[in-house]
Amino acid sequence: MDIFTKFKTLDTAFEQLSAVCKHNPFGTTIEKLLSATVGIINGQETLLFGTNNYLGLSQSDAARHAASEAALKYGVGTTGSRIANGTYSLHQELEHDLAKFFNRRSCMVFSTGYQATLGMVSTLAGKDDYLFLDADCHASIYDGSRMSQAQIIRFRHNDADDLRKRLRRLGDIPGNKLIVVEGVYSMFGDVIPLKEFTQVKKEEKACLMIDEAHSFGIFGEHGRGIAERDGVETDIDFTVGTFSKSLGTVGGYCVSDHPQMDLLRLCTRPYMFTASLPPEVIAATKANLEIIKNHPELRHQLHDNASRFYHALRQAGFLTGPDISSVISIILDDVPQAARFWNRVLELGAYINLSLPPATPDNRPLLRASIAAAHTTDQIDKLVQIYIQAAQDVGLTLNNK
Amino acid sequence: MTETIESVSKTIIETLLENPKVPRNISADSKIIEDLEFDSLAVMNFVMEIEDKLDVSVPLDRLTDVRTIQDLAEAIVSLK
Repeated sequence: MDIFTKFKTLDTAFEQLSAVCKHNPFGTTIEKLLSATVGIINGQETLLFGTNNYLGLSQSDAARHAASEAALKYGVGTTGSRIANGTYSLHQELEHDLAKFFNRRSCMVFSTGYQATLGMVSTLAGKDDYLFLDADCHASIYDGSRMSQAQIIRFRHNDADDLRKRLRRLGDIPGNKLIVVEGVYSMFGDVIPLKEFTQVKKEEKACLMIDEAHSFGIFGEHGRGIAERDGVETDIDFTVGTFSKSLGTVGGYCVSDHPQMDLLRLCTRPYMFTASLPPEVIAATKANLEIIKNHPELRHQLHDNASRFYHALRQAGFLTGPDISSVISIILDDVPQAARFWNRVLELGAYINLSLPPATPDNRPLLRASIAAAHTTDQIDKLVQIYIQAAQDVGLTLNNK
Repeated sequence: MTETIESVSKTIIETLLENPKVPRNISADSKIIEDLEFDSLAVMNFVMEIEDKLDVSVPLDRLTDVRTIQDLAEAIVSLK
């Protein structure tokens, strides 16, 4: 028996997928970027609708210049973790900027968004505590929960009553309770009814952490996410997020008003035992945060684009998720059909994401498009036409009665 | 009413059989992943249904040692 024998099922599933899908949906290579929304894939000019580059800021001139200057001034890496030699004044400036942006007492910057949620969930919840996780929470939250050694209880997706029921079922059992939710869920792009959750949190005296990875920079008057949009920021104990979506770089953060946040720098393993972000990434992130602060029109453009795409898909008869956000997914019946659809969309000149169970809710495959402020209405309309053509070519029945 | 391992096993099997994709010949000794072809998400979703039927919370870490329907029934009875 080979050490890889355990991957036999995965191997078979991937072979079956490859048989109906010429291009590898998990190995697409962008050969050249022409702009935030157009790249060269398989030698062909392709519309980019699968990059999470919601505000187009991965290509911002301000960030490019800031990164170049930082690299020239500080070098290209810190070669150390935050608690050893990896903290530069740039890291502290970014933490200060983010804390100020969120009106919070403090901020911790992590090397990736994955590590931010992994670190916060695994460290805040100890052995005698209870973690309540939304059924559709991201893998980083579930991975963090396993590292935490806490008792993990899952509640039905976006269902605050179900959470309340599960909290009450515990009775007066000792241990702190930490609820973990997301502002916008990454697969369907559906939005949390956050006010209902903050109500439960207060009734049951639990702590609440929200991951605003897909909502930061996009929702709320200032772009602080769903908590700002719903006017409940003071009820949130910990906000985590990523730099790799609207901020256009890589990294993660946690902001909080808790007076002892700095203690976490000394015990959060995904913060302590990895190299800190290189100076050019920090400088680029700082520059893009300024753009998010000063250019609310980017958010408005994104919402207009997302709304245009969502309504056109509904009109054409595609089955979509319930909400309009920067992620718009359509739901298909089975994996081979979804794989053929994805492949056809690529051949027709657009790159989107194929999301497969068990990473998707309800065990159904999704075709996931991320919409950006930088997309033009022509590009949005072109993608709609590509979807309709692909549906016809793979025999997907549309419900456009 | 106090549940026994047998009565909980029976409830689990009845609930599983409500899903037409589950093989009809399952028993308490059936392995949840292998015999029922459940992936990790399907197991967690199923456990949520059982939790509500029996009004019990089964923390996910308790599932680590659960392989058969009998194991799940034992874990639930120990939590009640």
